[in-house]
Amino acid sequence: MPSYGMSIDLTTCVACDACVLACKMENKVPDGYARDWTEEILTEDNKGLNLELFSNRCQHCEDAPCVSVCPTEASYIKDGIVMINKDLCVGCRQCISGCPYGARYLHPGSYVDKCTFCEHRTGTDRKPACVEVCPTSSLVFGDLEDPKSEISDLLQKRKYKVLKKEKNTKPKYYLLLPVYNKASKAS
Amino acid sequence: MTTITRRKFIDLTKSAIIGGAAVAGASALLSETAASAANDKELANDASQGEWVIPSYCDVCFMACGINVTVKNGRAIKIEGNPEHPISRGKLCPRGTGGLGQLYDPDRLKTPLIRTGTDQFKAVSWQEALKYVADKMQTIIDTHGPESMALLKHGKGANQFVQLWHAIGSKTEGHPSYAQCRGARDIGWDLTFGKGPGAIERVGLDQAEVVAFIGGHLGENMHNVTVQDYTTGLRKGSKHIVVDPRYSTTASKAKHWLPIRPGTDMALLLAWIHVLIYEDLYDREFIENNATGFDALKQHVKQMTPEWAAPYTGLKAADIRRTAQELGKAIPNALLYPGRRFAWYGDDTQRARAMAIINALLGAWGNESGVFLGDKIKVPKFPYPKSHHKAKHAFETKEKYPLGNSTPVQDIIDATIPGKFKGATQNAPIKGWMVYSTNLMRSVPNPDLIAEAVQHLDLMVVIETMPAEITGYADVILPDTTYLERYDVMNAPEWREPFVSLRQPVVKPLYQSKPSWWIAKQLAERLGLGEQFNYGNFKEVIEYQLQQMGSSIKDINEKGGVLKKAYVKPKMKFKTDSGKVELYSKPMEKAGYDPMPRFINHSHPPDNYYRLLYGRTPQHTFSRTSNNAMLLELFPENEIWVNPEIAKVQGVKNGDYVSLKNKNGVKSNRIKVRVTKRIRQDCLYMAHGFGRTDRRLTKSFEVGADDNGLLTDYEIDPIMGSTGSQVNFVTFVK
Repeated sequence: MPSYGMSIDLTTCVACDACVLACKMENKVPDGYARDWTEEILTEDNKGLNLELFSNRCQHCEDAPCVSVCPTEASYIKDGIVMINKDLCVGCRQCISGCPYGARYLHPGSYVDKCTFCEHRTGTDRKPACVEVCPTSSLVFGDLEDPKSEISDLLQKRKYKVLKKEKNTKPKYYLLLPVYNKASKAS
Repeated sequence: MTTITRRKFIDLTKSAIIGGAAVAGASALLSETAASAANDKELANDASQGEWVIPSYCDVCFMACGINVTVKNGRAIKIEGNPEHPISRGKLCPRGTGGLGQLYDPDRLKTPLIRTGTDQFKAVSWQEALKYVADKMQTIIDTHGPESMALLKHGKGANQFVQLWHAIGSKTEGHPSYAQCRGARDIGWDLTFGKGPGAIERVGLDQAEVVAFIGGHLGENMHNVTVQDYTTGLRKGSKHIVVDPRYSTTASKAKHWLPIRPGTDMALLLAWIHVLIYEDLYDREFIENNATGFDALKQHVKQMTPEWAAPYTGLKAADIRRTAQELGKAIPNALLYPGRRFAWYGDDTQRARAMAIINALLGAWGNESGVFLGDKIKVPKFPYPKSHHKAKHAFETKEKYPLGNSTPVQDIIDATIPGKFKGATQNAPIKGWMVYSTNLMRSVPNPDLIAEAVQHLDLMVVIETMPAEITGYADVILPDTTYLERYDVMNAPEWREPFVSLRQPVVKPLYQSKPSWWIAKQLAERLGLGEQFNYGNFKEVIEYQLQQMGSSIKDINEKGGVLKKAYVKPKMKFKTDSGKVELYSKPMEKAGYDPMPRFINHSHPPDNYYRLLYGRTPQHTFSRTSNNAMLLELFPENEIWVNPEIAKVQGVKNGDYVSLKNKNGVKSNRIKVRVTKRIRQDCLYMAHGFGRTDRRLTKSFEVGADDNGLLTDYEIDPIMGSTGSQVNFVTFVK
């Protein structure tokens, strides 16, 4: 059984929003909504300013609170991808408040919608729309159970972090830490 | 001037458009139907039925990335990167995907319009509009000479207007991408290497070990292939040195961020040259084999130490030295990124010279990891007949700028105002403008002067897809097709994977819009110059060229819209006066300019004023996209970046709306404050292209502020006429 996950490289992401628009086109996301988005986090330490730019989306948690709170079993996990059966969804929004990542929205069609890792493309030679379009090749999607997959290889070689680790949801969206080094500010 | 009121300086863009297609008359509508039937035949495939994927190349910016457009039952539904295309490689920036927002923008210009009053236009048929334009052009040509007609243009769609200008015999042409953008860079590099770094910059950012940037905000500037190579380099561990008063995206990924005092880049560059030479960190072999003037340069920079540059630049001497050393030690894999928009301070050609010289010292020219040599596929010329005229220019640009290679747009503006143009002989007055696809009010500084110049015209034609500030000044507005609705010249740039790519219509022209080639050809026919456009449909031109290359439209489409050939590295030669890389420029000396760059201490903002800086945001291309619904959703308005200390002094908070006022009293539209440490205290920054004043732009009217309107001062580069515009100081108005 595959278990799909995704990584984003903080080395290269410029938060250009190419992923956001490509996703909207591929998944026919209505105007004013998005399944993915970009973030910019500015911090400061003894080396000076530090900027994290990254694309963000559903983290496809292994212990997904959205799945456990769903009263109708509309939210479920398939091959490691958190999915929504919109026919079962009643639009009660419990999953929206249950998600620590703000990844879900109420679609104007009265069901909840979010990133599916372009599940409809799995098993084909196409990758998720965000991954394909990314001009900086920052996004990598693949099977975490397959030790030979590109994502497994990256997670072996690179240091990474997950968002809101303290929520213990076991997210499968990995932020690869930058490979560049900053010169010390004092010189 | 009998018709002065038609171009009064009121907010013409508040114009009411009376009527619609309905007033154009039944006969006109009939002819439109016939024309649109002809357009049907233009489509590459009969895409009106079923689902097709049609390759083409993008025009939302000017990199011309390969795209694949999915068309379903005659409607374009998706744009993706073309994996076969060497400069998109299957990837796109958001603007490329968002091209559909331009195609299907309901605010598009829909019919030809003729001005009927100060702020009124009426919709007319193409017949009427074309006759009006051709008659006026004929009168101007007969009365003043063809050179009295000026063409102001941008982009690939302008090609057949250039052909029209050949046909009428006018050389009076200008494009803001020269004096307002990268012209100074290209001239500076021409004078050094005999060639520029290319419009798609031929830089090995993916292979260089150390790269320095002077500004050049890649990642915010989303030129697809350049950003792809830039990030590949980062992933491979390339070390970057970024000189920018702003903590740009590029700066945030750099090993060294040098937050330079704006206006002092030249001091830093000269100090870098000093370190490279005096610490023996230059490519001796490259210089000895290829360059001339080294000893003079060495003498010239002798006193220009990091310690000399430090107080001007606000940087530490140790940082200046250390970064130069890192560049020098990385030879032969070091590069100083050439930059792109270069009209900063008025000594821009000299700054380009300094940057080219550093690249020579780094031995970067001709290197895969530096400025590589491009190869290209030669596209055969279409056999247009010879023009009957020897084309003339309204004034002698070469007299004013002997080392320049194009006409600065502001000279055409000046030459339109009687008695204003200076510096060269004016042979004829300028009485007509044809403005193709360039919103001059947003691309050329001091727009009030443009408005004044327009008053002196007998004819002002604007060909655009969208209402824009410049269309408010037109006598006639002609609705152009977007790049997704027409054939254009093929794109075959110099690159390391030589290719030819095709632009073709993926859908029928919407409304009554017409392809630019069709408009130019129709005008030529009405001017009795139809034989100069010896084709029926521009598709024939493309077909002819492809056949000469042993291909065809069908064939190139089967190959994914691109033809490629193996890269053959060209021989390194320098088309300069001496045939060598000119560190010391005798042609410049001869023309009365400094043969080597020197530092000018530009003026700095007075108390309570801040230097206005401007640039790009990844989601937009200037004012071109600021009404595109798909892109506005990603980036709805521009903001003014303010350092927290300045915010405190000025009493502004994050999210406040303020106006800015420049030293000449020009006030901007309101703009949202973004308080951030990502900018120095002596400058402010905004993304270019917002603050639209045309009411017909329903999504962007008065959203954000326009930087260009605040650029009422500019320093003209004496070498080629670049309008250095980073010399405007602004303050807050609450």
